[in-house]
Amino acid sequence: MKMDIILQLSIRSIRLHFLRSVLAALGIVIGVVAISSMGMMGANMTMSVTEQLSAMANVLVVKADTGGGGGGFMGPGESSSTSKKSTSSTSTKDYLTKANFDDIQRAVGTSGTVYPLYQDSDKIMVGDSTGKATIYGMRDDDMASVLTVDEGALPNTASSIIVGPTFASRQGVTIGSRITIGDATQNETVSKFRVVGILKSKGMSMDLNSDNAIIMTEKSFVAQFGGDQEYDQVNVILNNIDDANKTKTAITDQLNRKTNVVTIQDSSRMMESITSTVGTLTTFVMAIAGISLVVAATSIFNVMMMSVTERIREIGILRSIGTQKSEVRKMFLYEAIILGVVGAGIGAIMSLILGWLVVLVILGSTKYFFTFQSLVYVPMAMTIGMVICIFSGVYPAWKAADLDPIEALRAD
Amino acid sequence: MTMNQRSSNPIVAAVMQQVPVIELTDVSKIYPLPSGDVIALDHMSIRIDNGEFVAIMGPSGSGKSTLLNQIGGLDVPTSGTLKITGKNIRKMSDIKLTDLRLNEIGYIFQKFNLIPLLSAYENVEYPYILKHRCNDTTGRVSKLLADVGIDRKMAKHKPAELSGGQQQRVAIARALVNDPAILLCDEPTGNLDTKTGAQIMEMLTTLHNQGRTVIIVTHDPLIGAQAERTIRIKDGKVENI
Repeated sequence: MKMDIILQLSIRSIRLHFLRSVLAALGIVIGVVAISSMGMMGANMTMSVTEQLSAMANVLVVKADTGGGGGGFMGPGESSSTSKKSTSSTSTKDYLTKANFDDIQRAVGTSGTVYPLYQDSDKIMVGDSTGKATIYGMRDDDMASVLTVDEGALPNTASSIIVGPTFASRQGVTIGSRITIGDATQNETVSKFRVVGILKSKGMSMDLNSDNAIIMTEKSFVAQFGGDQEYDQVNVILNNIDDANKTKTAITDQLNRKTNVVTIQDSSRMMESITSTVGTLTTFVMAIAGISLVVAATSIFNVMMMSVTERIREIGILRSIGTQKSEVRKMFLYEAIILGVVGAGIGAIMSLILGWLVVLVILGSTKYFFTFQSLVYVPMAMTIGMVICIFSGVYPAWKAADLDPIEALRAD
Repeated sequence: MTMNQRSSNPIVAAVMQQVPVIELTDVSKIYPLPSGDVIALDHMSIRIDNGEFVAIMGPSGSGKSTLLNQIGGLDVPTSGTLKITGKNIRKMSDIKLTDLRLNEIGYIFQKFNLIPLLSAYENVEYPYILKHRCNDTTGRVSKLLADVGIDRKMAKHKPAELSGGQQQRVAIARALVNDPAILLCDEPTGNLDTKTGAQIMEMLTTLHNQGRTVIIVTHDPLIGAQAERTIRIKDGKVENI
């Protein structure tokens, strides 16, 4: 069967005004490339960030529930003696006890490693400069299993500390440097410590932000800040990320039977928030890229209007010899559809090439490029491009079909 | 020339001749303008029977073109009754009117009005496709083109590549392709030299002799003289029939 005569007329009209049509289609090509490249970049970025976050998502952070009715718990063996907490907080229940820690350990069982963490923030002095720093206290065994040393060694004496790489570079600290911790004006214990090691960069983390902190032994920490076995948090490093929910439930069942003693945080909310932020940014950038499609739509509209104006007489002839209004309308819509399909098709091919390059240059890896989440932006941008093209052709087509055949025949 | 005949039987042709193909009864066409209404056709009554060869003549501004547009189904009267092949066009929708133009009327224009994007063959085939929704496989288009003296090679050319006479021949073939009841010619020789004009008139006369209704709108008395009957109009009114 031969091609529809109306479609043939549309194709021939495009061929007759080839350059003009190419320029109009080029607008769609640019729009489709811009939208899909940005979309693919966003998708790749989201997947890359998600993977990085997933790497540390196997951590559960258990803290004392200080909100609402969670404050009534007094675990067995809990010390009510002079507490570091009493100096820094009005509540004496914003920490986990040894009993809590044991319960958590029991609940986790063999699903992962559990370690307690002391944390405080205090005035420090490095040479002549003073500042504030986050200080962690860890048990010796935990340090060995959790921390990765870049330079030097882990602290093993009461006066030795290890610092994070960001802290070291900010404070100009090297191995052997001395740091004074404590504020004499607040009647705090002031002690001098020697830096014996610098940690490897760990990146952002929920459980232990060691990059910009000082880490000392449990003994040193308790000596400095008090609060023996009053842990600020207990971290659970799961062997398998899939056990996260199961372990959370086990801890909750174990400790929050009567009242809420602990709260458990995992990385999922943080991941959700970060991926949502990346998603919002991607949408924003895609919207900016979408402006190019608006420009393309104007161009197509202009080309179609020119086509109608130039072909008024032809429309008059077509109508006078029995072409229905709907067929004239179809003729111009076909033209818009052809421009849209060709533009979007070329745009799709170019999107794959340019999108790949953009992802490679900006993210440095095309690991996720050929995934559904990434490539879905190509048909999506194509559809948007084609729909915009068709919309741009509707008014000119309607105008052409509604021309009075007598007036149209009079046109030169 | 053996163009497609509507009826070659003289008895049938005689019976057919009694049937009006165009019937205007008290037809007026008024164009409302801010400066005042323009009466282009003023209570006009005309009857043209099947198989007639009629020339509509009149000076410029007499209402010839308006009348042509009405009987060609391109426009509808403001008042009165206009029947084309028995159908009152004032009651027709645009779709029906367009169908009427496609099936019942063959248009031959002064400026040929071929579709520039299509070849001569495709120009003739175009109304056929609109009517039958398929390409011509019967050889009708080729035969009509051959009948008007357009050979196969020439039929492949676009209108711009043909002479005026050739274009008008193609236009005649196009007008005949759907076997219309009426052949409506608007100054068909107006853009042609005398010799070619004469050839075209000869073709139209042949078509009339084969039983077709031919209506020519012209201001050229020599052309008008070739018709069986002349309708003279002036100021939107029929002067004589």
